[in-house]
Amino acid sequence: MRGALVAQPGTVDEAVAALAATPGAQLLAGGTDFCVEVNFGMRRPPAVVALRRVAELRRIEMTPSQAVIGACTTYADMGGEPLATAFPGLAAAARTVGSPQIRNAGTLGGNVATASPAGDTLPLLVALDARMRLRGPTGERTVSLSELVTGVKRTGIAPDEVLVDVVIDRRPGPQEFLKVGTRNAMVIAIASVAVVVDVESREVRVGLGSVAPVPLRARDAEAHAREAIDWDALSVGEAGAARFGELVASACAPITDHRSTAEYRRHAVQVIARRALERCVRRAC
Amino acid sequence: MPADVPADVPERADAALGVGVVVSDRYELDVNGTMREVDGAWLGETLLFVLRERLGLSGAKNACEQGECGSCSVLLDGVVVCACLVLAVDAVGSRIETVEGLTASGEVADIQRAFVESGAVQCGFCTPGFVVAVHDVLRRRPAAGDLEVREALSGNLCRCTGYGRILEAVRRVQQWRASGARE
Repeated sequence: MRGALVAQPGTVDEAVAALAATPGAQLLAGGTDFCVEVNFGMRRPPAVVALRRVAELRRIEMTPSQAVIGACTTYADMGGEPLATAFPGLAAAARTVGSPQIRNAGTLGGNVATASPAGDTLPLLVALDARMRLRGPTGERTVSLSELVTGVKRTGIAPDEVLVDVVIDRRPGPQEFLKVGTRNAMVIAIASVAVVVDVESREVRVGLGSVAPVPLRARDAEAHAREAIDWDALSVGEAGAARFGELVASACAPITDHRSTAEYRRHAVQVIARRALERCVRRAC
Repeated sequence: MPADVPADVPERADAALGVGVVVSDRYELDVNGTMREVDGAWLGETLLFVLRERLGLSGAKNACEQGECGSCSVLLDGVVVCACLVLAVDAVGSRIETVEGLTASGEVADIQRAFVESGAVQCGFCTPGFVVAVHDVLRRRPAAGDLEVREALSGNLCRCTGYGRILEAVRRVQQWRASGARE
């Protein structure tokens, strides 16, 4: 028998068991990163546990206080309701991923587990302090995104663990996600930003992508925006918005690579951060 | 695409896991409503490779192998995806529809006729992928407007036409179908 094993579990527990029982097996979700690595000879899986048929991983559960999003929820699923209303920034980010073909296949869990600095959902997840629920042979654990993603395409997910779902708290108020690339479709972000304006707690949360090895918060910019916004009118002045952009730019640690220079990334993130904040407060007026 | 089989594949693991288990070198795929046997495949073969090289279905084209160009578009369980980003063995149990299966009889579909009549085909390499993507959007949204069509086709690259005649072909199909013309 020369063929390798491919397990098609129907539940998360079966997936965990199949992973434990199959030496070297790799988890396969939507395949949009996995298969590229296989096609280009960078990955040669000895065995695969395919999650396509695990129905409990493809769900969006809304409660009054949070959303629980299964790891195999596709970008296409996330782009529409109920997330479009409850988490407009996440839905917007999902709609900017790749193409219709990619959004039909790629998953939220895959975006997290691949942990590319350019992962489009990550800025919003880090801004919202998203929690990742992981299940392994010895049970479950929950960690934040910033704890889980340790470097460029590196995470603390153990080889025998399955990412089950992502939990995010609802924040009443506007959200925006913006990214810069060479065109609108099929673009990997050169810089990206998620801004969450919580009108109840009167705080601003900012997540950044493609401008550091891992998704970042821009804490100084958040503190500044909290003071700069007129919360009763829900507006921000010209100078306050400009300063916000500068503080976001100073929070990032970009590199120069084949997609962009570090200087351009720092400039771009300043422009789109300011634009995102202005869209949030203008939209809320 | 690597075709050799790694020597160190694990022995077939415990089949008593209580899960569906497929062995990567021998399985069946449901392609255009017909069960097709795949024999001697390597685990890393994509659906695109298996369709073209093992099943003789060369409609889906192989270009970028990274989901950028859309020339390998097929329907998997009714949604349009890039066949180059699907492990073939992961498609066991799924319904696969390719450009060859657009009409039951194998005749040219109205979308293909409209592409020809509109001059939307130049070198032709991207055409099957576009035809599948157009089929997908018009099935879901028969009266899709221009922006919606452009969005639906944004994952398909054409280096020849400049897209204008492709969009014209889509409008032509919509007109034919709205006026009740037979496919």
